[in-house]
Amino acid sequence: MSAAFETRNTVDTLATQKYKYGFETDIAMDEFPKGLNEDIVRLISAKKDEPEWMLAWRLKAYAMWRKMEEPDWARIKHPPIDYENLYYYAAPSGPAPKSLDEVDPELLTMYEKLGIPLNERAALAGVAVDAVFDSVSVATTFRSTLAKSGVIFCPISEAVREHPELVQKYLGSVVPVGDNYFAALNSAVFSDGSFVFIPKGVRCPMELSTYFRINARNTGQFERTLIIAEEGAGVSYLEGCTAPQRDENQLHAAVVELVALDDAKIKYSTVQNWYPGDENGKGGIYNFVTKRGACRGARSKISWTQVETGSAITWKYPSCILQGEGSVGEFYSVALTNNHQQADTGTKMIHLGRNTTSTIISKGISAGHSNNTYRGLVKIMPGASGARNFTQCDSLLIGDQCGAHTVPYIESRNPSAKVEHEATTSKIAEDQLFYCRSRGLSEEDAVGLIVNGFCKDVLKELPMEFAVEAQKLLAVSLEGSVG
Amino acid sequence: MLEIKNLSASIGDKEILRGVDLTVPDGEIHAIMGPNGAGKSTLSYVLSGREGYEVTGGSATYNGENILALTPEARAAAGIFLAFQYPVELPGVGNANFIRTALNAVKRARGEAELDAVAFLKLARAELKNLSMPDDMLKRNVNVGFSGGEKKRNEVLQMALLRPGLAILDETDSGLDIDALKIVSDGVNALRSPKFSALVITHYQRLLDHIVPDRVHVLSAGRIVRSGGPELALELEAHGYVGQEAA
Amino acid sequence: MTALPSRKLEAWRYTDLRSLAAISFAEAAPVAVPELPDLGLPRIVFINGAFDPVRSTPPDFLEKFSRVAEASDLPLALINAEQAQDGMTFSLPEGVDAGAILLVSYASGVAAPVALHPRHRITLGLGAKLTLIEIAMGEGVYWHNPVIDIALHASSALSHYRLQNEGQDAFHLATIRAKIAAGAAYESFSLVIGARLSRAEFHATLLGPKASTHLNAAQLLRGHQHGDFTSVVAHDAPHCGSRQTVKSVLDGPARGVFQGRIEVARAAQKTDGYQMNQALLLSPDAEMDIKPELEIFADDVKCSHGATIGALDPEQIFYLRSRGIPEDQARAMLIRAFLTEALEPVTDAAAREMFEAAIEAWWVGQ
Repeated sequence: MSAAFETRNTVDTLATQKYKYGFETDIAMDEFPKGLNEDIVRLISAKKDEPEWMLAWRLKAYAMWRKMEEPDWARIKHPPIDYENLYYYAAPSGPAPKSLDEVDPELLTMYEKLGIPLNERAALAGVAVDAVFDSVSVATTFRSTLAKSGVIFCPISEAVREHPELVQKYLGSVVPVGDNYFAALNSAVFSDGSFVFIPKGVRCPMELSTYFRINARNTGQFERTLIIAEEGAGVSYLEGCTAPQRDENQLHAAVVELVALDDAKIKYSTVQNWYPGDENGKGGIYNFVTKRGACRGARSKISWTQVETGSAITWKYPSCILQGEGSVGEFYSVALTNNHQQADTGTKMIHLGRNTTSTIISKGISAGHSNNTYRGLVKIMPGASGARNFTQCDSLLIGDQCGAHTVPYIESRNPSAKVEHEATTSKIAEDQLFYCRSRGLSEEDAVGLIVNGFCKDVLKELPMEFAVEAQKLLAVSLEGSVG
Repeated sequence: MLEIKNLSASIGDKEILRGVDLTVPDGEIHAIMGPNGAGKSTLSYVLSGREGYEVTGGSATYNGENILALTPEARAAAGIFLAFQYPVELPGVGNANFIRTALNAVKRARGEAELDAVAFLKLARAELKNLSMPDDMLKRNVNVGFSGGEKKRNEVLQMALLRPGLAILDETDSGLDIDALKIVSDGVNALRSPKFSALVITHYQRLLDHIVPDRVHVLSAGRIVRSGGPELALELEAHGYVGQEAA
Repeated sequence: MTALPSRKLEAWRYTDLRSLAAISFAEAAPVAVPELPDLGLPRIVFINGAFDPVRSTPPDFLEKFSRVAEASDLPLALINAEQAQDGMTFSLPEGVDAGAILLVSYASGVAAPVALHPRHRITLGLGAKLTLIEIAMGEGVYWHNPVIDIALHASSALSHYRLQNEGQDAFHLATIRAKIAAGAAYESFSLVIGARLSRAEFHATLLGPKASTHLNAAQLLRGHQHGDFTSVVAHDAPHCGSRQTVKSVLDGPARGVFQGRIEVARAAQKTDGYQMNQALLLSPDAEMDIKPELEIFADDVKCSHGATIGALDPEQIFYLRSRGIPEDQARAMLIRAFLTEALEPVTDAAAREMFEAAIEAWWVGQ
């Protein structure tokens, strides 16, 4: 188990708290005026000291966004988002820190509290961390160690300046600026995020991790992540997120792009634990995220694993474009909703190349008054001879006030492709519960145990330390859902 | 008579058979033994015409006819029967309907009169009785929900009804308990006649206790490396296949 | 007239009606009618959407047609309500078993394209029983837009078998709605063979405890045919069961669509819902689009759906061929086996024979 998670586990026991990340950090902040217009976009770009091409790219995205409408096809309900009443940039004030020693001690303390020690000596097990606080990356650890093997791991704002040829080549190449409403918004105003480049033939020597934290009030967070694995390269990337407990809703609209060339492998794991709102549905993060990976090279592989327990609203479809011959896409997902949470999540697997394969395993758990939707697309294009897809979607309902929905789209245009889809909906069987309770487990523990069993096929895909974390998170998120 | 001369075959770029020579006269049963990966199953598929196997050289004739040029169904009509190592399941296809369709297709190809449903059922029931198999075998869908042993018995039932001149048994003994092994062996032995020959492909000597072969051949790395009488199988059982390539 | 639905509507994302919208329709004029099937049953015949008393041997319980207002917002049902001039109104009193009746619709757009919007209503009283066999056929360019509203009172049972064998230039867009009361059963099977573009949209609502439905179908399409089978099964009461098996066989550049939604309301505890959709693509140009949906608000339910798309299994073909069965016959056997499960609810001998013959004719006709 990595030091990061050991710390987190020893600081306090998850099971005793409802949402333990709900504290605020008091820190001097730079904020731009509320609302969004071209000037704000220019300000963000100027603040980041960006080259002209980057500004032009943002302005193009902004112009497109202005003409677009918020999508309404997902099974989610929320009052209209007032985009003019948001801050689009918030950052700890002062010049960017050059090393960890220059990071505001208040911030370091906050990350300690979250169980993310940014102090390299403390992170013994060697997970390199990029910490994104509101709009900016505040610290990236182990950079020099990584640099020795040619791996670039840095804030994307820095990559724009230091590695413009890579950023220009790949940014927006998987998720074009006008892909969808939220991606366009992100493209216009993203302020930071992580950039990862693994050169040809290199297997990244340690797990990479980004830790996202929304802190400021009325602030949207729009991080942008770009991961490139060249021929034969491999990387495992972890992402965690939390936010303070607030009564108002906050917007999070991220974009993640992955590019895998020949024989490259990218594993992207997320434990999403943004503040979900209280038991009456007040507050919580609106999480509108576009994640997409392009398997451009032959035999490349992109694997998405997500455990989604947070956010008031989750709108998220990590996808794979399987272009390279024999490339592989995977999507493993647990989405748990409780109280008044709404999740509409799933994946898209677009098969373009010959002998491409994809696997989708989705486990949805609905409790309380929540609604949980799996929405997915499997598309086999005419050129995808020999393609294979297997999809398994299972839903579990806990209580009779929630909803579980499955909306798969399956489109095949090649007879040699084979597509299989299975979906089930069920509840926790009385006899399972009784069996556990007769062995001495409380009802809540029994439910936790059974839910973890239900999710096993997904949890086993997570890196070990994340899996332990995720299991505890599931139990905590279900609190108050039984009895 | 089956005559295989210098037969080579490959799957994709991979050469599996590298010049097999083998003659099985009518009335004889020959066993092909050999280690895993020697090409035993490939030989059975090449002889029965499965797609994906490319014959790169040599010849195979049955009763003087070049069988390699024939479609799988024409080979069946010519009297060649392959008992599959892994019989295929056909959901929705009734076993009786399947076997009758096959029997009549073969009869038609041979210019013989076809059987109506009643005549077929009479014949099939009689054969089931001979083989000590239950009647419901005919009512079920082909191999669907059959145990491993039942599937192999169904292969023997088909063989008994189609009355081939040459039967190729591809590892028919794999996954069989001793009772099933006996039923399968009895089925093959019942067909023994001066007009019937068989190629019994197996990894183990066990089956050859029940179906005693006239000749035993060792296939290794795509070639027949040794041939002998039934005693060869016992020797292989005792000493294994190690060193057979050099023999 | 209400506008035709566009693909922007989620329910119509896979079926494009622009080719229908481009046609201008003439008033129906008298047409030459070929010999129509009767299956030896009481027969009700509609020619170009109008009841034909000469060719009909109407059973008892047939009532006079009267127009009704359309309560839903389904575009095609609204168009039908605006245009409907005729239809079969059939009401079976409590406890009556009326056996089987045949409804034949023949249309001819040979002289000029015609549009027909018949509105049929079938009501079965408490414990009543009926088998309805429906055949739709015709020639030339025409648009058949029937709405069939079915009300099944408690413990009644309707077996509804549809053979859609419209002419190759026809458009067939049917809306079939069944309200199923406690203990009643709606069993249906549709065979889709005809029409250039077709859609059958079923809405089955299970209103009382232990109501049940089977909504099965087989679509056999080739050439530039487009066939859409859409169903919405609403479980509104506890202890109800619904089963759907829909199979599509697509050859040439044909396109098949299946959309099926199971809705389980909060009150519908102990629901047992099952849906299976399978498609065989016989050519490199065929396309199948599937959207099976589960929408569930009750926790004590058992709902599942499965879908597969693929080609005939070469292993199975080889197995059959190795037993002496020629390739063509092997393929035919496997396709018929593929369809078997969908035909299961067809218990009526006359209907089964009709379907088997139609499947055979489709296969021979290739």
